[in-house]
Amino acid sequence: MSARVGYIAWNTFREAVRDRVLYNLIFFALLMVGASLLFGQISIGISKIVLVNLGLTAISLFGVIIAIFIGIVLVSKEIEKKTLYTILSRPVRRWEFIVGKFGGLTWTLVVNTTCMALGFFAALLALTHSFVRADVYLLIAIYFIVLQFVVVTAIALLFSSFSSPVLSAVFALALFVIGTFSEDLRGFAAMSQGGTRVLATAVAYIVPNFGSLNVISQVAHEMPISSQLVLYNTAYSLLYAAAAIAGAVLIFERRNLK
Amino acid sequence: MAAIEITGLTKTYTVGFWRKRPKCALKPLTLTVEDGEIFGYLGPNGAGKTTTLKLLMGLIFPSGGGARILGKPMDDPSIKAQIGFLPEQPYFYDYLTAAELLTYYAQLSGVSARERRTRVDDVLHRVGLTDSRRTQLRKLSKGMLQRVGIAQAILHDPKVVFLDEPMSGLDPIGRREVRDLIATLKEEGKTVFFSTHILSDAEALCDRVAVLNKGELRVIGSVGELTSRAQGRVEVIYQGIRAAALDRLVIESHSTGETTRIIVAQDSLDAAIEAIRRANAKLLSVNPVRSTLEDYFVEKIADPVEAVP
Amino acid sequence: MNSRNRVTTAATLILLVCLGGAATFVRKLDRLRGDAALQETLYIPSPVVLKRMSLGYTGLLADIYWTRVVQYFGGHHHEGAMEYKLLAPLLDITTTLDPHLVVAYEFGGTFLAQKPPEGAGDPDAAARLVERGIRENPDAWRLYYHLGFIDYIERHDAKAAADAFERGSRVPGAHPWMKIMAATMAEHGGDPNTAKLLWTKIYENTEDKLIKANAAKHLRSIKANEDIAYLDQLVAAYQQRVGQLPQSWNEMISAGYLRGVPVDPSGTPYRLQSNGRVQVQHPEDFSFLSEGAQPSR
Repeated sequence: MSARVGYIAWNTFREAVRDRVLYNLIFFALLMVGASLLFGQISIGISKIVLVNLGLTAISLFGVIIAIFIGIVLVSKEIEKKTLYTILSRPVRRWEFIVGKFGGLTWTLVVNTTCMALGFFAALLALTHSFVRADVYLLIAIYFIVLQFVVVTAIALLFSSFSSPVLSAVFALALFVIGTFSEDLRGFAAMSQGGTRVLATAVAYIVPNFGSLNVISQVAHEMPISSQLVLYNTAYSLLYAAAAIAGAVLIFERRNLK
Repeated sequence: MAAIEITGLTKTYTVGFWRKRPKCALKPLTLTVEDGEIFGYLGPNGAGKTTTLKLLMGLIFPSGGGARILGKPMDDPSIKAQIGFLPEQPYFYDYLTAAELLTYYAQLSGVSARERRTRVDDVLHRVGLTDSRRTQLRKLSKGMLQRVGIAQAILHDPKVVFLDEPMSGLDPIGRREVRDLIATLKEEGKTVFFSTHILSDAEALCDRVAVLNKGELRVIGSVGELTSRAQGRVEVIYQGIRAAALDRLVIESHSTGETTRIIVAQDSLDAAIEAIRRANAKLLSVNPVRSTLEDYFVEKIADPVEAVP
Repeated sequence: MNSRNRVTTAATLILLVCLGGAATFVRKLDRLRGDAALQETLYIPSPVVLKRMSLGYTGLLADIYWTRVVQYFGGHHHEGAMEYKLLAPLLDITTTLDPHLVVAYEFGGTFLAQKPPEGAGDPDAAARLVERGIRENPDAWRLYYHLGFIDYIERHDAKAAADAFERGSRVPGAHPWMKIMAATMAEHGGDPNTAKLLWTKIYENTEDKLIKANAAKHLRSIKANEDIAYLDQLVAAYQQRVGQLPQSWNEMISAGYLRGVPVDPSGTPYRLQSNGRVQVQHPEDFSFLSEGAQPSR
């Protein structure tokens, strides 16, 4: 059973790679090289801060966009083009397909992020010529970004289990933006009354919570990250992703594949 | 044990956005396919053939009724290892090579790691794609893709093979090859259930056929049974000018250069030969015409449901 | 059917359990982060950079920052004055993103100027903010009011206040009482009633709930101050007549100095101490009591 999930995950990864998803890395590398060259020459005193902000934000945004688009394309494509028919006529359970896809997509993003992280650290080294202890927190920031991808990918899969590719992309992107401001949404909900308050609070807890996963400005200023935050973020992201994938399985299990 | 037992299987969709109307894609279907048979599932486009196959594969869920494959309910996951499926106009992972795709499918079908390599090579050889094993699928022609499709359907040595329009997109040589392959599958003791709207293929291969139209099963029986009513026609080929006297008798006529081929009723045969002789034309051949499934089809499709003979 | 139902049930269970678990961690995270979202404002290099980074959606971002201000400072988050230091940068960001968000200038005008714990205690920063608001919004005559207010109440500069009111009264559409305020400022700079008038005007004319509540607080304190001053006089008169300090309000009532037990604006009776001093029962309800509202000369 789990072997099939592994095969599907590996195949998804292979497909993403051959579909030239990883070409985005070239663009990112160029960005990093350009930035570190530029900031190396201008002594503005805060060049490290700006490079960290730029690099980590780029990793985050590129990754979210990739997560949404390959998450959706790779699943919708299979459903529309009927590659799925020959898969499901084999002893593959529908839920194995979803979980396997999720695993493969996540793995693709981890690989992608690792390459980007290497490029980022190289650019950083070129700029600062040595690492400091506080740079460990940069790794934590990147880890949080990966957690963010896990949640976004799960959401993208959830939508593509029932919606068309275009709509799925739109919804996933919208949820990402809303999730970035979910703390404010909870604040709004706390200030309202009655039925609106109940509804708003429910929504504010159900939308993903990306605010706590973004520690970019802190690590840019070499502020430490508490281990409690790491624990809570990890728990939250995994639970939320599991819920989204369970939702995707639920929908997909009962869906008639036209 | 029957390989496939379908009982009252039916599927209704609701269409329309505001006012939901039910649309019946498949009226309750009951039929049985015996072990080792080649069974043809015929019908015009939109008759419900693909719907039936998708129901059997568990890709869509029935509105009623059910089926058993190899004695187990059709949604039992354990039978999936023993069936193979080729969908209509299949599409595969573009960026994989033929060998990689088949290896992937072998993994999913539970073929052990030791056997995978040999099985994949064997089946590639069987469908004649050994030379293309390392070519990415997006570079293969439609006919080759169809062969890949058949390859993935049989690679794990299933007992029952379901093919949806297996000849579609193939040139005459390809079609002949697929026909031969299906025949070989039967020799290996497999049951083959294939749908098509090309009747000559069904005629050549099938032990029994079922005819479907507008979601409803019209008739089921052996090819021989369906075409056994000799329509009592004779084909006459002669050389020379057309005899006017023949026009009355002729059902069909076709001329190429100096040779003419006509179809006349059995009863009119003597009169026709006489007319040809009188016109000083040269008689080339006289043969009885076996009615084809096509005749049966054309005749029957517009008619109300016929009882199973 | 069976395996399908099993999967459906399992998936539903996982969905509900994990969603519930996720929600509890959201609460934990919110508590852990506390005002981290606001703290982050300290790390933004400059509001102008933020404006550029918002890709043109400055209005929305300004609104989001504004609601953060309201929610944070209007709620019960701040026990203690420590976080008022975030108010100035937050308002700076909000008004850079949306220079026409007049309510933000008003808010700053009130809460930046007031002394702790009710405000940041920085009237100069408040005045700067309001002046910027005036520059960006020449039609917002109310901002002149806030400016005059800061000048009078916090900086104790009646002349500058009069000047601000005067300028404000010249804006088309300004309320006529701006002129009156200007005149009152000029004539009765030191009069305690002036402060009362100022707060009353704010109370009556602001649309922002927090600013209104703050003005009400001030008015209650002013009233209490007046009451106490009056009661002190009564006590002194009683002592002069009777020869000793009254021990309770009843004594003063029987002696004809009061008609009933005097109550403060919140409805609680005033306390008459044994040394003759009058006090409110609950000083914590009257934040601005000790200062009174009189500018020193």
